[in-house]
Amino acid sequence: MDIMIFLIPAAVLMGLIGLLAFFWTLRSGQYEDLKGAANRILLDDE
Amino acid sequence: MALALTEPGCPSGLAPAEEARTRADPAVFVHRDGAHETLELMVKGAKCAGCIRKIEGGLLALPGVSDARLNLSTGRLRIAWATGAVDPHDVTAALAKLGYGAVAFDPEAAKQQVDEEGRKLLRYLAVAGFAAMNIMMFSVPVWSGHGEMGDGTRTLLHWVSALIAIPAALYAAQPFFRSAWAALSARRANMDVPISLAVFLTLGISVFETLQQGEYAYFDGITMLLFFLLIGRYLDHRLREQARTAARDLLALQTLTASRIGADGRITAIAARDIGVGDRLLLAAGDRAPVDGVIEEGASELDRSMLTGETLPQPARAGDAIHAGVINLSQRIVMRATAGVQESSVAELARLIEIGEQGRAAFVRLADKAAQLYVPVVHTLAALTFVGWLFGPALLRWAGLEVADVGARIALMNAVAVLIITCPCALGLAVPAVQIVATGRLFKRGVLVKSGDALERLAQIDVAVFDKTGTLTLGKPRLGSDAPRQTLLAAASLARVSRHPLSRALVEAAGLGAAGKDAREIPGEGIEAGAMRLGRRTFAAPNAPDAEDGAAELWFNDGAYPPVRFAFADALRADAAEAVLALKRRGIAVELISGDRPAAVAAAAREAGIESWVGGAAPADKTARLATLRAQGKKPLMIGDGLNDAAALAAAHASASPGTALEASQAASDIVVQGANLMPLIEAIDIARAARRRALENLRFSALYNLIAAPMAAAGLLTPLIAALAMSGSSLIVTLNALRLQLGGRAWTS
Repeated sequence: MDIMIFLIPAAVLMGLIGLLAFFWTLRSGQYEDLKGAANRILLDDE
Repeated sequence: MALALTEPGCPSGLAPAEEARTRADPAVFVHRDGAHETLELMVKGAKCAGCIRKIEGGLLALPGVSDARLNLSTGRLRIAWATGAVDPHDVTAALAKLGYGAVAFDPEAAKQQVDEEGRKLLRYLAVAGFAAMNIMMFSVPVWSGHGEMGDGTRTLLHWVSALIAIPAALYAAQPFFRSAWAALSARRANMDVPISLAVFLTLGISVFETLQQGEYAYFDGITMLLFFLLIGRYLDHRLREQARTAARDLLALQTLTASRIGADGRITAIAARDIGVGDRLLLAAGDRAPVDGVIEEGASELDRSMLTGETLPQPARAGDAIHAGVINLSQRIVMRATAGVQESSVAELARLIEIGEQGRAAFVRLADKAAQLYVPVVHTLAALTFVGWLFGPALLRWAGLEVADVGARIALMNAVAVLIITCPCALGLAVPAVQIVATGRLFKRGVLVKSGDALERLAQIDVAVFDKTGTLTLGKPRLGSDAPRQTLLAAASLARVSRHPLSRALVEAAGLGAAGKDAREIPGEGIEAGAMRLGRRTFAAPNAPDAEDGAAELWFNDGAYPPVRFAFADALRADAAEAVLALKRRGIAVELISGDRPAAVAAAAREAGIESWVGGAAPADKTARLATLRAQGKKPLMIGDGLNDAAALAAAHASASPGTALEASQAASDIVVQGANLMPLIEAIDIARAARRRALENLRFSALYNLIAAPMAAAGLLTPLIAALAMSGSSLIVTLNALRLQLGGRAWTS
């Protein structure tokens, strides 16, 4: 069971990375224009 | 596929090109920021990727423009350029050429407000979700290792859970703490009081149990609870924010500009709010008067339909009064302002709207009604559980039974279990989940619902009160009489030089063609070109007999043949009669109340199949009629478009306006129906009623769930595993039931 000492922090850390990534998307305004983002992938130039 | 950037309108063909109208002068609203200037515009008609490309590409092609970014969700377009490099009029002109209407935003009225509250809620939601999922990772081994797992390992897992749960729960439960504190300070109790209590008690008792190496800890339950509650809270916030944004945008669009004539004769564009009493303002043909005033120079015809519902233009000359909101039709005039924007007749209407909305504030939302019932029951039940377990055994011993004391620890544990299991996850999701699905579905059908409670009110209506001009009808005159093609074309060639609505209707009937050479308009009379005359009877055909049918008319006289009379009528919307019938089938009485001449109102009522109508009604008559209906216990729906309807719209139980309505009326309405048809309104009523059914089902289900779960918890039968299953299960069922609204009635969508 010693492996738990390593696995538990590793698991929590991965969860934290996901959480921080979400915070980053929120802060950088990626949810401001969902409809526009969905449509912009159809534009090939830029 | 290369899109032609010059072809007007939405290239995907999803929608016809919007009428490209640019009312306010954009130059007034340019924001200067050092070396850069920015302009925010509200673009109408952008629907797809092709629109983004056309608009952004088209504007970046203008020399000097450094940035153009369209937000497709909100329709806002932000354009930037180096100071002085671009004339803002070129921007709106370029947009109009592309086929998109654009209105400049007043940056004061529409401050780019980031939805701070929504972001915070999302952060709380993310933290609660992260904690719930990670703790579940430690809880599942505890549940499945039941009996086999050693006490040491279990306690270790509980401690890890506690390490995540305590900070996460204390952070994510802040909105509940704040709201509960506010309620308690005001000596009230709301739904957040039992929630906050549950958070503190659960965390406390779970830590205590972990210290005792006990078997049960509710760290997973409390974080999951917060996660579900925050989802409901966020959905509710989204709905409210949507309503607020819509209202704010409409307010920003209402801001007008004016052309002020200075003492030196120079004309400057200013924002309407800067108009002072005594200012001389220039009104070109097609301009709307921004404030009340008096005409100083010139003679023209005024369209007062937005103020009175009257379809026929009124002649006006120097010395006549002109009210804010009136459109100048034919000739440029100079007016002197007698009031500022705040004191003008439009502002008076705005005050009436506010008063009406206060009356509506008495409406109690479904979810709040449920909460009022729910809070005392939960508190009482939890308290009874604690007291029962603490003193119950002593009571039973007194009755002669052989029972041992269970102690305060078990009693508190069971009371907390009641608080957790009855926590209103399903209740909190029940109504917002349904409303967000319903408004989303209506939005796709071109119906903008401005708030969740608007949907609830719409579901209850039993009387529909229509305005005529612009609501039941298209609000534009149509040629109603026959004439030889040759005559029509000749008359239309004269009519092309005029902005008069009757001239325009004539041109529309005639189709494309050239304007007559040396045709000139004589305000209030008609148009003259050589020997040909088109206009009122006294001008064009003084000897012709007066046709006494009261219809709007134009006379055409080419000097050689007998004069011809063109009669016009304001045509009903194509599906007006169908919509009225559909309303009646749903048990909704229909009335028509209009400011127009009784004869015209009677004709429209007959054609649409409405038996009960009133003509010549002033705005106050409309609100009075609605007050009478409400006094009778009826729940009226008002459908109107003009400024004269705005107060009535606000006073009704629910209100709707067509997308062509004046911004003030749209702002006062609960729902706005886009497009030329009325049938989407019927669909909105159907969906609102279905949404109400779903919401009630959800509330009933939540009640049933609590009826089963609460006694179980009170009896001490609850384990963390059961709590987790019950909470997630009930929330899931409520959400799925809401989603049924999305599937229901697919046959409707063509």
